[in-house]
Amino acid sequence: MSKKHDFDYMKYSKLALLVSLLAVVVSIGALAVKGLNMGLDFTGGTLLEVKYTTAVPVQDISTALGEAGYKGVSVQSFGAETDVLVRMSESFHDGLGEEVLATLQKAAGANQLILKRSEFVGANVGEDLRDQGGMALLLALFLIMLYVAARFQFKFSVGAVLALFHDVIIILGVFAIFQINFDLTVMAALLAVIGYSLNDTIVVADHIRDNFRTMLNGTPREVINDALNHTFGRTLMTSLTTALVLVALLVVGGQLIRGFATALLIGVVVGTYSSIYVASALLLAMKVSREDLMPPEVQDEIDDRP
Amino acid sequence: MLNKYPLWKNLLILAVLVLAAIYAAPNLYPPDSAIQITPARSGAELSADVIGNVRTLLDENGIKTKSDEQKGATVLFRLQDGEQQLRAKDVVQRQLGDNYIVALNLAPTTPAWLLSMGAGPMTLGLDLSGGVHFLMEVDMDEYLSSRVGNYREELRNRLREENIKYRRIQIEEKQIRLSFVDAAVRDEANRFLTREYAEFVRKDEQKGDSFDVVLSVSEQKIKEFEDYAIKQNLTTLRNRVNELGVAEPLVQRQGRNRIVVELPGVQDTAEAKKILGKAANLEFRLEAEPGASRFTTEEYKFRSDEFRTARLEKTIITTGDSVTNAMSAFDENGFPQVNIDLDSKGGAVMTQVTRKAIKRRMAVLFVERKPKTVYEMVEGVETPKTVQVVDKSIISLATIQSTLGSSFRITGLESAEASELALLLRSGALAAPMYFVEERTVGPSLGKENIQMGLNSVVLGLALVLVLMVWQYRLFGLVANVALLFNLVLVVSLMSLIGATLTLPGIAGIVLTVGMAVDANVLIFARIRDELAKERTPQQAIAEGFDRAFITIFDANITTLIVAVILFAVGTGPVKGFAVTLSFGIITSMFTAIMLSRAIINLIYGGRRVEKLSIGGQE
Repeated sequence: MSKKHDFDYMKYSKLALLVSLLAVVVSIGALAVKGLNMGLDFTGGTLLEVKYTTAVPVQDISTALGEAGYKGVSVQSFGAETDVLVRMSESFHDGLGEEVLATLQKAAGANQLILKRSEFVGANVGEDLRDQGGMALLLALFLIMLYVAARFQFKFSVGAVLALFHDVIIILGVFAIFQINFDLTVMAALLAVIGYSLNDTIVVADHIRDNFRTMLNGTPREVINDALNHTFGRTLMTSLTTALVLVALLVVGGQLIRGFATALLIGVVVGTYSSIYVASALLLAMKVSREDLMPPEVQDEIDDRP
Repeated sequence: MLNKYPLWKNLLILAVLVLAAIYAAPNLYPPDSAIQITPARSGAELSADVIGNVRTLLDENGIKTKSDEQKGATVLFRLQDGEQQLRAKDVVQRQLGDNYIVALNLAPTTPAWLLSMGAGPMTLGLDLSGGVHFLMEVDMDEYLSSRVGNYREELRNRLREENIKYRRIQIEEKQIRLSFVDAAVRDEANRFLTREYAEFVRKDEQKGDSFDVVLSVSEQKIKEFEDYAIKQNLTTLRNRVNELGVAEPLVQRQGRNRIVVELPGVQDTAEAKKILGKAANLEFRLEAEPGASRFTTEEYKFRSDEFRTARLEKTIITTGDSVTNAMSAFDENGFPQVNIDLDSKGGAVMTQVTRKAIKRRMAVLFVERKPKTVYEMVEGVETPKTVQVVDKSIISLATIQSTLGSSFRITGLESAEASELALLLRSGALAAPMYFVEERTVGPSLGKENIQMGLNSVVLGLALVLVLMVWQYRLFGLVANVALLFNLVLVVSLMSLIGATLTLPGIAGIVLTVGMAVDANVLIFARIRDELAKERTPQQAIAEGFDRAFITIFDANITTLIVAVILFAVGTGPVKGFAVTLSFGIITSMFTAIMLSRAIINLIYGGRRVEKLSIGGQE
């Protein structure tokens, strides 16, 4: 942790904005070309996790299900060799659960199978959730913009919200590029990232506001640099603790929570970066000034003039 | 700058911590595997004989119990060995037969002194306890058009009674069009409609020589209909779920037209779905005419009187599916009656049949589907198997006075009889048709794995953070760690206190809280280091650090809280669990990181001369 409070963060602001822009463009491109690998929470469909007593070739299961007439079957081993995850695009209808299990049992023969988990989701349920999730994201961004505008100033809220958009889009981009399963918990993680990344941005903004009040002779650039220098230790430390617990989740939390931890981990890294190079650099680009933060006094003086 | 908290503040903090510890404590006691016995008929009692029999039965089979306790009509046997739970259930169910529901249960072992303070453990979500989850969708369109269809019948009769001549009454989507010959009659009709049918929005229209009134149901009334339908379906589902003998079922409305059913511990989805989705449990039939052939008739007993029977025709007029509403009320002379509404299809058949059956009697048959356990030999081992048996009994037999439509009434009842009949009519019926749209199962082994993995991540995450904090902030880091640990205790105690459900994402939320909660302390410590660098005295630095960091911490946490609240509002099931733990974690971390850690630091450094703070980061 640097003790020197004179690192010129803003020297690289143009370069950083370029990098961010590039990352956002790539992410949007990936989203447009490859799209998200939506989990069945959102698409509807069928998922079963089954444990066999002895390992069964994945191909056999896949063939058996294909022969039974199910569409979009994908079978993969899941964790242990005897555990198998079956996904199908088959949308939910009454009695499907029993049918699929019967097919699997028939294919397995004497091999005993235990159902660990099954999910059958109707198509329109998923659609509703997708709409709801999107609405939630937008609502969160809007409310946060309002709050930041009220607590700080409009320029701050533009910077903060653009930084959040930046974070969310890059996470979505990574999920699209690597085709990681995007389910409800990942959606929740995205919202959490919004909260988290904003946390960093606000701490920096708070310091910038403070500095504008105390560093009476500083230029905006000096003021912002000083604030970043002062908050960097804290930002790094908090990001580190959060990243550590997320790594713990990723390593020992199990498959079900992996997507969630991945999204948050990317969010923490990108969020830390964006609070410095998106939110703050944008402030500088928007020519934030001392007057922006002390409107009442300035206003009064102007009004008093004839 | 003395940095001392007044005594009351220290005591307050201590009190909060003690309370938190008490309410979090029940989670430390692992639950007992137990079997729960309830009489199948509601209102029946569980005699001491039965309990005694079960006790000896378990003893004879070598199943050791810890204790048994009776609560109302339910008795709970706690077992010493969880492995024997399934066997115990089978043995007991077999002995007691189908008059009792025997269910598996995980009974909390909260000590009495904690219970007396209202403390109890957190409830576990399905992903942690195992079980089945269904999402059912109520078909509102179907329901609304049938409600509107009912009005046609009713309007026909009422207009005739009022001597208002109409040309025709038509249903158009969810609207009713009444046509009259001239404007005068229409005005008369309008006056009548305003008086008696305020729930409609009226609009006059003229098409050629036809003077029409178009009635549409107001938005508010539609909402009322929907609420009624959902409420009625919820009640019916709850009754059906009770038949399954699940320890802690959840039946809850979700959104505008969906219902969630969660059955912890249940594995047989087919069985559960059969009971949840069972259809006809009411049948309307005519009484057999004297001398009718035995091949076309059947004899049934009365529900209220086992020795009284009646012979009914085999032909079913309509079933409980078409009952949309049943209410007990009083007629104009103050006699009790039951008003029954059928959907348009049921009403049409009813009209057709009763037109030719005036002065005959019509019976309402109550059809109950009961699970019955039978024993089969499979490979030389007797194994229990649940089958459905159908039990039918007559709940009403009344004379048909005139042709019946989709709304009719049953009179000549006692007051108590009327309300019971209405209840039975309703309990069998779903107000609106329902479909399964989602089904999820979590096996019990997966639930246990999830708990274990969740715990592991909390422990590992916590350990990493604790080490990092001490390494970075020395003694101050240690203080932050104490605050962090108490933060966890606070979150758990709040969750237990309000009965929130813990899910796997909920645990993830706790893990995340561990990482984020130290942020407040990090902010404070960074400020203190800053102040020290500015050559302030240690005491000044502590005071300044805490004071100046407060507003930042507050701002930063509020935004996360906003997000958590949104997540709670739109999220479902597991995601809601995440929102709950996250928001609790944020709120409690404000208390522990600011108040508690300040109190500890004051105790260590406050009120004396200090040369140097053990906070790290200084050369």
